[in-house]
Amino acid sequence: MFSVKTVALSSTQSFSDDIPATHRKHQAELDAMDLDEDEFGAGPSKRNIVTPGEVITSSKEYMRGHGTYVEEVNVVSSVTGTIERVNKLISVKPVRSKYVPEVGDLVIGRIVEVGPQRWRVDANGRQDAVLMLSSVNLPGGVQRRKIESDALKMREFLAEGDLLVAEVQAFFGDGAMSLHTRSLKYGKLRNGQLLSVPPQLIRRLKSHFHHIPPPCGPTGVDVILGLNGYVWVSNGTSQEKREGGEGFDSEGVYSDKNDDIPPEGRQAISTITNLIKLLAQEGIPLTDTLIEDSFNWVNQNQLPPGPLAPNETERMLAEVVGVDITA
Amino acid sequence: MSSSRIEILNDGGLRHDARRPYELRSTSFQLNTHPTAEGSSTVTQGLTTVQVSIFGPREPRQRSQASHDKAIISVEVGVVPWAQGGGGVKRVRGDKRLQEIGASIRQTFEPVIMTHLYPRSEITINVQVLSADGGILPTSINATTLALISSGISILDYTTSISIGLYLKQPLLDLSHVEEQDLPNLVIASLPNSGKITLAQMETRLHVDRFEEMLSLGVEACQVLKTEMEDVVKSQTEKIVERMGVRSVVSSGMAVDE
Repeated sequence: MFSVKTVALSSTQSFSDDIPATHRKHQAELDAMDLDEDEFGAGPSKRNIVTPGEVITSSKEYMRGHGTYVEEVNVVSSVTGTIERVNKLISVKPVRSKYVPEVGDLVIGRIVEVGPQRWRVDANGRQDAVLMLSSVNLPGGVQRRKIESDALKMREFLAEGDLLVAEVQAFFGDGAMSLHTRSLKYGKLRNGQLLSVPPQLIRRLKSHFHHIPPPCGPTGVDVILGLNGYVWVSNGTSQEKREGGEGFDSEGVYSDKNDDIPPEGRQAISTITNLIKLLAQEGIPLTDTLIEDSFNWVNQNQLPPGPLAPNETERMLAEVVGVDITA
Repeated sequence: MSSSRIEILNDGGLRHDARRPYELRSTSFQLNTHPTAEGSSTVTQGLTTVQVSIFGPREPRQRSQASHDKAIISVEVGVVPWAQGGGGVKRVRGDKRLQEIGASIRQTFEPVIMTHLYPRSEITINVQVLSADGGILPTSINATTLALISSGISILDYTTSISIGLYLKQPLLDLSHVEEQDLPNLVIASLPNSGKITLAQMETRLHVDRFEEMLSLGVEACQVLKTEMEDVVKSQTEKIVERMGVRSVVSSGMAVDE
């Protein structure tokens, strides 16, 4: 026997991450052995991609998960995507789909309706999300029961069309999300612009609030990557100001007025927006480091403001991301 | 028997566009052709091009329509003004004929989409005919299948569709506009894996002895189309999956550089 060395992670090996570490083998060894995951699809590249109607395995041995259904004795895929197996549970993860919320997700939404004791929020989900009056922080920051006068003032806090960042608190019986903004990190958004990307490109991370420091604009740029595919790019502020430290304006959390943003700041916001759009267009998962790296690349190359020219896009993707879009 | 000047099938056994009776028109399948839709596709079969975009599942625009246990499906069909060249009759949105096509598409897909997974929501299928040369309905159904697949909505199987005509005793597959006008024709949509038929539509009379032959021929043609579609979907999906893995490769590469 030869000793097994750990191999650098590569995209062609992602399936082997799903198996316990004790089963992890060198690629050559994997190829030589008839492991049980090989029974799903053939060959390493097409290994675990299925399309609707494709029989995955027998329903007698495996349980069906999301993205599959049982017909006669077979587990059949109902979406296009990659097979994921957890013990005896087979599910198919679609490569593109509507946002599927989970409790604790950070989302960005837009108020579509002000109702009795609640707001209806478009959060890019299957149904409108609900934000209850009891799950928001009122200006001033004091915790108290919401009274009738607060209900009458609801439109002063959040009116139709306002954007907010919130967290998924729970689900209703029909699967609609209930949101909350009971943290100083959450609340109404201003001083920036919204863009929408496919939700698959945003992964669940420890933090979805990112700050790109100067030279990206005089005060840097803040990026909020909402898991529902909405991304908020705004003028940078210091962490204390954002999260209730020194200089936090507790009365101004529901303000409708933008701060004064200098032209350089606006430039930086739109540069970052353009870069995110560009990465999303190529289907590259977004991370703070990737956005920062691509900004630094633009900065180093002294490119003129505005969208990147096609040849520069190509160069940027090749040098920063390592993707050749011409291929 | 026919009033048009073209010869449906010549002595050499070729049709007016030099196809053999069972030959399909050239096809092209493209995925994700609409920038903001959840899923979209453009399908070309011969000179007919249809773009379908799927919106949803999303909050129903009229909340009263919503069903508490399943998604509702709404279909809109439009034909661009230049689609039919000089010959065709101008059709506008809301035209009876287009409404009927929309209803057929909805009926075809209602049993195929797993609507119970999306309660209280609406799936909008927007069909846009970009150029028309016969077979609008089958092409639209094929395009809708691909758009649904690209949107990640759960469906039972691919649904492919084809038109079958009959000239004397000879069935012809995939009719063009002129053939469609002269021949009795049948449109079928089937689920190729199980061989089930979700749509069979015929507006003209036909001898019953010929029907079975046409139907089985159509099902076979649907299987061929499905194979073509699957190739496109798989290669596209592979590309997306590859891109999704890009970051992990990059971040480990970065660590080495620094």
